[in-house]
Amino acid sequence: MADGYARVSGRPGVCIATSGPGATNLVTGIATAYMDSSPLIAITGQVAKAAIGKDAFQEADIIGITTSITKYNFQPRTCSEIPNVVKMAFQIATSGRFGPVLIDLPRDVQTEVNEIIFSDNIIFSRLKYNMIPHPLQVEKAVNLLLNAERPFILAGGGVIASNASQQLLALAELIMAPVATTLMGKGCFPENHPLSLGVVGMHGSYEANKLILEADVLLAVGCRFSDRTTCNVSEFCPDAKIIHVDLDASEIGKNRKVDVPIVGDAGETLSKIYDGVVKRLCRKEESVWLNRIEEIKRESENIYSSIQENNLTPIKILKELREILPNDTIVTTEVGQNQMWASLYFKALKPRTFITSGGLGTMGFGFPASLGAKVAKPDTPVLDIAGDGSFMMTSNMLVTSVNENIPVMVVILNNSMLGMVAQWQRLFYNRRYSAVKLVNPDFIKISEACGAIGIRVGSLEELRSAIGQALKNEVTTVIDIPISPEEDVFPMVPPGKGLKEMIYNALKTSSILAKKSERLKEMID
Amino acid sequence: MSNSVNNKEDNYIVSILVENKPGVLYRISNLFRRRNFNIESISVGPTEKKEFSRMTITLNGDDATVEQLVKQLAKIIDVVKISLLNPRNTILRELALIKLYAKDSRARSDILNYAQIFKGKIVDTTEDAMTIEVVGTPEKINAFIKIASSFGIKEMVRTGLTALERGG
Ligand SMILES: Cc1ncc(C[n+]2csc(CCOP(=O)(O)OP(=O)(O)O)c2C)c(N)n1
Repeated sequence: MADGYARVSGRPGVCIATSGPGATNLVTGIATAYMDSSPLIAITGQVAKAAIGKDAFQEADIIGITTSITKYNFQPRTCSEIPNVVKMAFQIATSGRFGPVLIDLPRDVQTEVNEIIFSDNIIFSRLKYNMIPHPLQVEKAVNLLLNAERPFILAGGGVIASNASQQLLALAELIMAPVATTLMGKGCFPENHPLSLGVVGMHGSYEANKLILEADVLLAVGCRFSDRTTCNVSEFCPDAKIIHVDLDASEIGKNRKVDVPIVGDAGETLSKIYDGVVKRLCRKEESVWLNRIEEIKRESENIYSSIQENNLTPIKILKELREILPNDTIVTTEVGQNQMWASLYFKALKPRTFITSGGLGTMGFGFPASLGAKVAKPDTPVLDIAGDGSFMMTSNMLVTSVNENIPVMVVILNNSMLGMVAQWQRLFYNRRYSAVKLVNPDFIKISEACGAIGIRVGSLEELRSAIGQALKNEVTTVIDIPISPEEDVFPMVPPGKGLKEMIYNALKTSSILAKKSERLKEMID
Repeated sequence: MSNSVNNKEDNYIVSILVENKPGVLYRISNLFRRRNFNIESISVGPTEKKEFSRMTITLNGDDATVEQLVKQLAKIIDVVKISLLNPRNTILRELALIKLYAKDSRARSDILNYAQIFKGKIVDTTEDAMTIEVVGTPEKINAFIKIASSFGIKEMVRTGLTALERGG
């Protein structure tokens, strides 16, 4: 919840838990925030100082446990340290590349009574970051971009963290480069813009995955070339010149060798590059590259409009949701197929309106995050796009949403499966299902038992009216939509493969499967 | 070779100035574990300022790995300064204590001779063993150990490298 608040507001979210089991319950949430660079302050209780290290009742070494999933953690030993520690914690969480910080408070430090000095201006001098990019590196980037025939921008979560959407839009339009985002970057560039290609990666869009491989210069900004984005990294844009902008120097060259490394803030750097380009740009009117983009986009449309189905498919549901929900609606997602369908088919139009656990892929993230989002923006509609499996992990938050008066909407794409895992078992393990079938409770009854509203929906018309009602409801509304348990998410790049091996529709998959079983037969013969 | 990195392995010495407070060594060593880097040796001690300690870490790896490591270390809040030392421009020292079998007077006088050549000191003797202290560059200590091993090494300990850059 605190993380959802942080991602929507850009300000640190704070959560608190008791010692031992309370503290360890925060671990998944902290790791989620760490992977996605979200500013979070976690405060945990601890046993009294004298009991630390004695395996006391409800003692957990939370400092040790969270050292690799926080930017830093503190354990004040006297109450007089607390003001400084709290100030430093906020500074650390919100400086440079954001991230979680934990404060572990021993019981006797919490109850200690003493005179404390609160000094106002503690500036933690160690936290210096190169916000301003090196002019020489910017110059190199400008040269590359000016000479590029097929420039391409890959924008990550760093663009959102740095509030650099304006600068990104300006530069993209100036150099007429298509923009694809990572999952974390979704929303930093309006996805209804002609230059937008959607998300790149394992479940990236057809057009993004195709065109990125054709780029001759790739400007990657605020992203970290994660395996879910690049897929097999040795086949990721092997011939393109790569400019990599990141605030965290350790991200540069970590996963992918780059040609022009730039350490700096996304916004600062994009506007410096803009300034450099604008001085020297001579516009080419008819661009081969733009035509190519059009062509691939048409191709994509043809592939996906040719799939005719009468049932209520996730694609139809998500497109419908985009139609009926206001532009500023904040969408959170759970993890699995629901997340990938949302990423592919729900266009995000503004930054901080698409909230998802990208790095850790934490099921159960979306619903509490939606509550945090609603707290950050009480007047904006908030919707969690959920899978049934994920929703089961944190559905107890229904009670919180009702008791604390935080009304959100949940749409459960209910396939009675751990759908994403089932998809892998279907595609890569010959449909040998193992531990993926779910027997769920009745989500309508659960919602009602918690004081929320539950609606089951069987058609697009019903969905439209349910959302219409939910937008007006003063309590949380859970919309349960039964869908086929056999549905796959496409496009998909098979694990370990390069982007060019994207499977983009079911037809192609069945041919792959046929080949695979042929090969199997051969092996048996 | 456009994507992959240079993987010629080499020895590197990283000198890290850190806050002198509990838990810092854990943070540093935890990072090595977490990022799958291997420490060859590590030595830690106080510096001219009581709020700081200096860690000297030697490791083996390729350019890219070591560069990545240094960048990751630099992110740790307790790290004040980090530098990759160039061995040619650095004073390197290590101390070794080596307990050798010395059963007869012949062995004893030979050990004494070798110790002198290496400017080592005899720091302990018993009826059947002698302990020698040798200080110097790792190469010098390696050379001494090679010779000394002909007597039979009973026990040995090395401090690991400590280092300081030359000049002001
Ligand atoms: C806490 C957690 N446990 C397990 C996983 C592994 N996992 C990834 S997707 C998935 C299935 C998700 O099922 P569901 O929420 O029903 O969504 P669907 O894929 O069906 O849309 C699982 C088990 C995970 N990401 N997080």
